[in-house]
Amino acid sequence: MTELQIRNARFKNPVLTASGTFGYGLECPDLFDVSQLGGVVTKSISRKPRDGNPPQRIAETSSGGMLNSIGLANVGVDVFLDQKLPALLQRKATVIVNIAASSVEEYCYVLERCEEHEGIAGYEINVSCPNVKDGGLSFGTNCPAVANITRELRGRTDRFLSMKLTPNVASIGEFARACEAEGADAVSCVNTFIGMDIDVGTRRPKIATITGGYSGPAILPMALAKVYEVRKAVKIPIIGIGGIMTAEDAIKFLVVGASLVQLGTVLFVDPMAATTIPKGIEEYMQRNGFRHLTDLIGSLDVTMQPSLVAAGWS
Amino acid sequence: MYQQHVPITRSQQVAQNVHILEFQSEAIAAEAIPGQFLNIRPSRFYDPFLRRAYSIHRVMGDRLEIIYNVVGKGSALFAEAKVGETLDILGPLGTPFHLEGEFRRAVLVSGGVGIAPMPFLGDWLLKQGKQVANIYGARTAAMIADDGRLHNARYATDDGSLDFHGNVVGLLQQFLAEEGADGLRVFACGPNKMLMALGDFCQLRGIPLEVSLECQMACGIGICQGCPVEMATGDRKYTLVCTHGPNYDYNHIRLESIPAVH
Repeated sequence: MTELQIRNARFKNPVLTASGTFGYGLECPDLFDVSQLGGVVTKSISRKPRDGNPPQRIAETSSGGMLNSIGLANVGVDVFLDQKLPALLQRKATVIVNIAASSVEEYCYVLERCEEHEGIAGYEINVSCPNVKDGGLSFGTNCPAVANITRELRGRTDRFLSMKLTPNVASIGEFARACEAEGADAVSCVNTFIGMDIDVGTRRPKIATITGGYSGPAILPMALAKVYEVRKAVKIPIIGIGGIMTAEDAIKFLVVGASLVQLGTVLFVDPMAATTIPKGIEEYMQRNGFRHLTDLIGSLDVTMQPSLVAAGWS
Repeated sequence: MYQQHVPITRSQQVAQNVHILEFQSEAIAAEAIPGQFLNIRPSRFYDPFLRRAYSIHRVMGDRLEIIYNVVGKGSALFAEAKVGETLDILGPLGTPFHLEGEFRRAVLVSGGVGIAPMPFLGDWLLKQGKQVANIYGARTAAMIADDGRLHNARYATDDGSLDFHGNVVGLLQQFLAEEGADGLRVFACGPNKMLMALGDFCQLRGIPLEVSLECQMACGIGICQGCPVEMATGDRKYTLVCTHGPNYDYNHIRLESIPAVH
């Protein structure tokens, strides 16, 4: 009832874990079975290991959210393929490898290394990390650059390919259209919003890089609006991401038009959400007579109120 | 590791701005080892949003205690929590104190609420046949939280209102003058400035020092990578306090890389 196939990737349910919020999917084996997830999107993998940013890397905000500036800390593609991937596959996870890079060549290199390995369901390309100078946002806010990366990677893989977009642009729809035109199978919307917080006692920023990525329930309405904008711009599937804390939150993204969703910051607060949210979606579908996920996806009703039509809104 | 909703069985102020919460979890109590911590959700709503990490203070049968200062929104909510209410707890987490290796005697040095992991550690070491002494420092006597269950304790207060007038390093020096340093290992928890002073002191005398760190975390289980501390040894730059820590050989880390907690 909730399974879905996009290109050659099969998802058991529409709920995946977002990159950078679930490690390599191996960190909490006691809590739940990763094979029951729709998929695990890995921590961003780069060509070489990255140490990440200095502390302080995270800060809670008073608005139901958090700032992070992890800085793409990761083990590098060699260790990932040698150690992390086999362990994830042994646990029967659906693995989407997230790739971050500082050049088109590096994106291609990491993807080609992954292509040598069986079992990977697909890729998500991080062109939107706000926390490192060379981590993709310079690409992610440049539409021709995103188009170029998509084209280069599409030419190198038949696997599922999703481009993860930043919300920190004037028109995210334009970027999604460029990805669609160059053959991406999906777009992941959205990465974190750029945010900032300070301590008024010391008048210092709360995280070391001054600004960072803002996430958590506070961003859900903004993320949902971005997904709505992208839905109107492209036909390819959308992976909805941003502030999902409950099954109801996830359903909102599906109704607006996302085919899959990702859980991020919620996993820091309530790791069990990765099992309760898929169940909650299924229960909602049963209660409301949806026989398959595809009936729910994009079922948004925007029938105009007569008063708005009369006032010239359409 | 469990995520459980557990009932609160005791909530009590035990010293000036120092509180204890006790709750019941057979599974977590059975699995816990000294030095491990719990990551506790302060609210089912979204403000305060992140879990708070607390060392396991004591384990008694199926009961566990945490001890904390009220410093912000999260700890204020814990102080208001009533017996019978439930807490959403993730744990036990982290790498325990390293208790292997040669030592006959342990001195547990605490600064303020750094007393958190010490009673559980002391009880455990006594069962292993080690000699245990506590050195516990605070600004003033009213901030000392000891209901008499702390084994072989000496106190240091900044204002001299209880026992030794001075800090824990001075009191440790006095202890060593009386008892010697033979077969000794020091375990310490407290403000980073205290740990660094203690680190200098122990390094100079060749006394092994294990420190239990406090730092802001989000997940507590290694998936967010939000709690790095620089390593002084090895080929990696950072270690994650939540999973590789919070307990480290003092010589393995660079404490100065952690920004001061506000």
